[in-house]
Amino acid sequence: MTAPTPDALTPVPEEVTARIGVVQYEEEGGFPVEHGYIWTTCASVQNGNPLFWDEDVAADLTGGPIAPPTMLSVWFRPHHWSPGRSEPAVPLQAHFDLKEDLDLPEAIISSNTNTFHEPVRVGDRVRSRQVLRSVSEPKATRLGHGRFWTIDVEYLNQDDALLGVESYTAFGYQRPEEAEPADPKEDD
Amino acid sequence: MATRLLHGDVTVGDRLPDLSYDVTATTVVLGALASRDWRPMHHDRDFAVHRNGTQDIFLNTPNQAAWFERYVTDWTGPTGRLGRMTFRMNTPVFPGDHMAFSATVTGTAIDDSGCGWVDLDVSLRVGEVVATTCAARVSLPRDTDDNPWSRRGDNWCP
Repeated sequence: MTAPTPDALTPVPEEVTARIGVVQYEEEGGFPVEHGYIWTTCASVQNGNPLFWDEDVAADLTGGPIAPPTMLSVWFRPHHWSPGRSEPAVPLQAHFDLKEDLDLPEAIISSNTNTFHEPVRVGDRVRSRQVLRSVSEPKATRLGHGRFWTIDVEYLNQDDALLGVESYTAFGYQRPEEAEPADPKEDD
Repeated sequence: MATRLLHGDVTVGDRLPDLSYDVTATTVVLGALASRDWRPMHHDRDFAVHRNGTQDIFLNTPNQAAWFERYVTDWTGPTGRLGRMTFRMNTPVFPGDHMAFSATVTGTAIDDSGCGWVDLDVSLRVGEVVATTCAARVSLPRDTDDNPWSRRGDNWCP
């Protein structure tokens, strides 16, 4: 079995085109930003930055305790289980929607850019929303034939201040059955 | 007192001090749980091997980002403020791997608001293999009275 040629891929449905630039999946994190996770994260990488460990330094530089900028997505990851939910929640749902809508069952995240704006402060209630930015024409790569797409995840605090944006570029594709599996990336 | 690097201390071509670390299963699991990533390929070796086809569990992306942040801010000190990071993941990092971080300054600039920026090419290598690269943009104070963390709105353009 071989992968379809780029021309044979499912055309981009109008409903997908209509989603470009539209805010989707706006939701609030499950808990306020807490100091314990900040320390656990710093401990996991032995980050001794006094900004996260010394109250006086935090007060002097940032007006109080903040989270490391790279923890932006941490405040949004759903609990492994919560009452009334039988299936695990899926982060970046807009990405999984595209895989289904475009009939591209495999996908890798090819690049990821994080931009950091207002600092995330202990006690903040973080909201996120997903915005599809683009879907490419059909492309052929070593993995197979498919399309690139870019999705922004925007994070805001309880005052609607922009905390940061995570921009994911993914390649969704179909591959021949005999092809080697791709290197594992942060997809599924 | 921690180092507080100033923008004027940095020149294109400067190399950051290397950082190396031996990855264990604890490194991977601790990093995944700290970033609230419950997916089994980051804590369940049987799942990683038999379902993902990898040799072992592997570091997740958010925790790799935390390693890159730590590496950059070890160099800048607490007044360094990250503005932007672009990652490319090439190969997974497994328990037993020896991670080696290195970086080079690729650019310095002062933007229209007077904010001092430094651009870095950062690499995470395992042996001869570049596992992950990161293009990082970090703001440094221009003098001892400047504090990038105090910038807001139009004065912060990462």
